[in-house]
Amino acid sequence: MHTSSTLVLVLAVFAASLVEMVEALTIVVASGVSRGWRSALEGAAVAALVLGVLVVAVGVPLVRYIPLDALRVVVGALLLVLGLSWLRKAILRASGHKAMHDEDEIYAETVAELDAEGGRRPKGRDSVGFAVAFKGVFLEGTEVVLIVISLGAAQHRLGLAALAAAAALVLVAVVGLVVTRQLSEVPENTIKTVVGVMLTSFGVFWVGEGAGVNWPGSDLALPVLVGFFALVFAGSTTLLRTRFPAPLTEAANAVPTTTTTEPEGARP
Amino acid sequence: MTDALGRALRAFGHFWWDFLVGDTPELAVATGVIVAVAFLVDSSTLVGVIALPLLAAAFLVLSALRGRRRAPRA
Repeated sequence: MHTSSTLVLVLAVFAASLVEMVEALTIVVASGVSRGWRSALEGAAVAALVLGVLVVAVGVPLVRYIPLDALRVVVGALLLVLGLSWLRKAILRASGHKAMHDEDEIYAETVAELDAEGGRRPKGRDSVGFAVAFKGVFLEGTEVVLIVISLGAAQHRLGLAALAAAAALVLVAVVGLVVTRQLSEVPENTIKTVVGVMLTSFGVFWVGEGAGVNWPGSDLALPVLVGFFALVFAGSTTLLRTRFPAPLTEAANAVPTTTTTEPEGARP
Repeated sequence: MTDALGRALRAFGHFWWDFLVGDTPELAVATGVIVAVAFLVDSSTLVGVIALPLLAAAFLVLSALRGRRRAPRA
């Protein structure tokens, strides 16, 4: 396995985990502040544990029992769907056609929803706080699990991929403890663009590799693909900005008004 | 028990549908086309090396254009 693909693997998993964990942390902090820290932290810890078990339970059999070429095609297709989706949203956000991801807004919404649940905050365990924190970490973490398993299994480096995700988790937890609510300082939209470029590059590379395409330079083709899709991102953003400018661009971040703008789905 | 299993299966299916297709079915189609082309091209030539990234880029740009915010019709 070439150093370049290992480096791109670690960077992609670390960056993807970083943004997903920041989103999860926002929900955990909102739950902790509104319903008590004990239940929020327990919910987050249980979800992290379940996700870890999922990586082992699904990832290890994949690496051991599925033929590598078949695995690479399936994993490549999965990464392509995910990567193209991240990159598409990055293009729309960068060109003003979609509202930027805002952690402060998500925090305020979650706190408001928890407050609307009403009831006195219990002194011991709080099932609502636990459930919200668990759900937040589990849902955001599912995507991380998919990326860890996909990239790790396709390169037979599951341990390394899991380690990169764990490093991101620790970093976000430590930073979260220090800054608590200043999550909006994280350049999330930029990181998502980088991850989208990397996942799309990996997707194209693995689909080709699994189907028998001979990439010139083997794994060295990966950084070239990363550069190509970075250029596609820049070009598409410029095209949309100049030829199809968003109506009321300055209001785009605040008011998702027009009928053609889609809502946030399950994907990032 | 059967109800719970049915609900779990529906939720599982819904998750994957949302994940793979969601509000951008064109990207799921793009992936299918790219996989098909990868198997169809002659692996001894450079056609796949050039075609696969270009196809992904083309579908991406088309999808972004489809998802752009448009001014309401007068």
